[in-house]
This record gives sequence, structure tokens and C-alpha cells, in this order.
Amino acid sequence: MTLPMFLLLASALFSVGLYGALSQQAVVMVMMGLELMINGVTVAAAALWWFLAPQQPDGQVLVLVVIAAMTVEMAMGFAVVTLLFRSSDADMTDMAGELRG
Amino acid sequence: MAVVAFVVLAFVAVASGVAVFTVDSMARATFALALSFVAVGGELLLLDLGYLGVVTVLMMVMEMALMAVFMVMFMMNPAGLMPMSMLHNRRGSLAVSVGVFVVLAAGSVFVPWPTRRGEPPADPTRALGEAIMGSKMLVMMAVSAVLFATMVAALVLATARGRYDRADSPERP
Repeated sequence: MTLPMFLLLASALFSVGLYGALSQQAVVMVMMGLELMINGVTVAAAALWWFLAPQQPDGQVLVLVVIAAMTVEMAMGFAVVTLLFRSSDADMTDMAGELRG
Repeated sequence: MAVVAFVVLAFVAVASGVAVFTVDSMARATFALALSFVAVGGELLLLDLGYLGVVTVLMMVMEMALMAVFMVMFMMNPAGLMPMSMLHNRRGSLAVSVGVFVVLAAGSVFVPWPTRRGEPPADPTRALGEAIMGSKMLVMMAVSAVLFATMVAALVLATARGRYDRADSPERP
């Protein structure tokens, strides 16, 4: 196992998530794409810790923060989706265009 | 052996990640995402990150179980019974994501990464615990404040009654 292998996996996960976040219409599916992107970040942070500086705990702490960010993202995302649906009956990204310039 | 495990888990992680956006039903997509997270947890275990790997698996399986409920609530195409495209701007997003992958992959292969400094601790979990209770305590305190703010904000946003509505106001059911 080498660092580039892990980073390639992280890049693949990040790109698949990016594709989903850009292409999906349902707001909840966009959130799935974001989760997949953060998933890739987790892999990259853990691999950088293990292969570059395993003596310092910084990398592990970063992974912990990323996991917390993933949870926060999901909680806030669902709250916003619920609010959006309640206020304007929108469950698709194209229906929520109030801020379109 | 570890390389074989890495390749198998990486394949599972990416394949189920792709499946999230290709299966018919959003409930199935949720479970594909859960599988992807489990595979990534396995990859963390390969890096000797026992605690973080297990936490990832446990948290994400729970999170996806909750997510499945929301998916059913907002489902566009229940169980593939009503075939429809759930995508927009497919070609543009494909181009952007392939471009991003090429750039990231080139970076991960061609960047001269520095050599490893130091040896991993005998027990990484213990090192992590001592870090977050010692030198990295500010990080954990910030995270806990953020999590608390998230709880309050999510409740305020999701509740039917807004900030200035009264419970018995006539215009709301």
C-alpha cells in the first residue's frame, strides 16, 4: 500500500460525489453527493496521516473533525430541505430558484 | 494481503459510490452510500485506525438508516415504479467531475510526496485520545460548540412554527 493509491481512491470518491452533487435534481440526492465528497476527504486525511506524519496526532484529529462536519452537514441539510419544502413546496433544486440573479 | 484488501475495499467503495447515482430508487441509493462508507471504514482499519474506522462505520450506518426515512419522504421515483430522469445538466457535470478527477489523480501520482517522518504510535487510538484531551482540546471544544449550535439551528429551521409565530395563531394549522 502506498500513499498515491489511497489518494487515487480519495480522488475517485470525491469526483463521483461531485458528479452527483452537480447533476442530481432532488435536493436530498445532492446531499448524498456532498457526503460522498466528504467521504473521500476522510480517506485522504487518514492516508496523509499514516504515510507522512504518523507520530503527530494532527491527522487523526482532522479525520475526527471531518466526520463531525459530515454529521453537521446532514443535520443542517435535512433541516433546510424540510424548510424549503414547507415554505415553497420545492423538493428539487430547479424549483428553488429564488436567489437566481 | 493488505494490498488485496485495499483494492477490494476501494473497488467496493467507488462502485457503490457510482451506484448511488445510477440505481432507480433513492432508498437503494441510500444503502449503496452506506456500503461505500463501510468500505471506507475498512480502509481506515487497514491504516491501523481502529477507533476512527469503527466510528465511521457505526455513525454512517446509523446516519444512512435515518437518511432512508428522508429519502422515502422526498422520493421522486418510488422503487423505480415511475421511471424518470433525476438528473439535470448531465454532460456538464460529467465533464467537470472527470476533469476534477484527472487533476486530483495527477496530483496524487506526480507530486513528490515527502518521506515518512516518525513511526506510528503503538496504539493510535490512545494517541488520539491523549491529543484531544491535551494539545488538541481546543479543536474538540470548537466541535462541541458547533454540534450544539447545529442541534438548535436544525430544530429552529425544521419546526413548523417560525420564530415570531404563536402556537395558537389562526393562519397556521
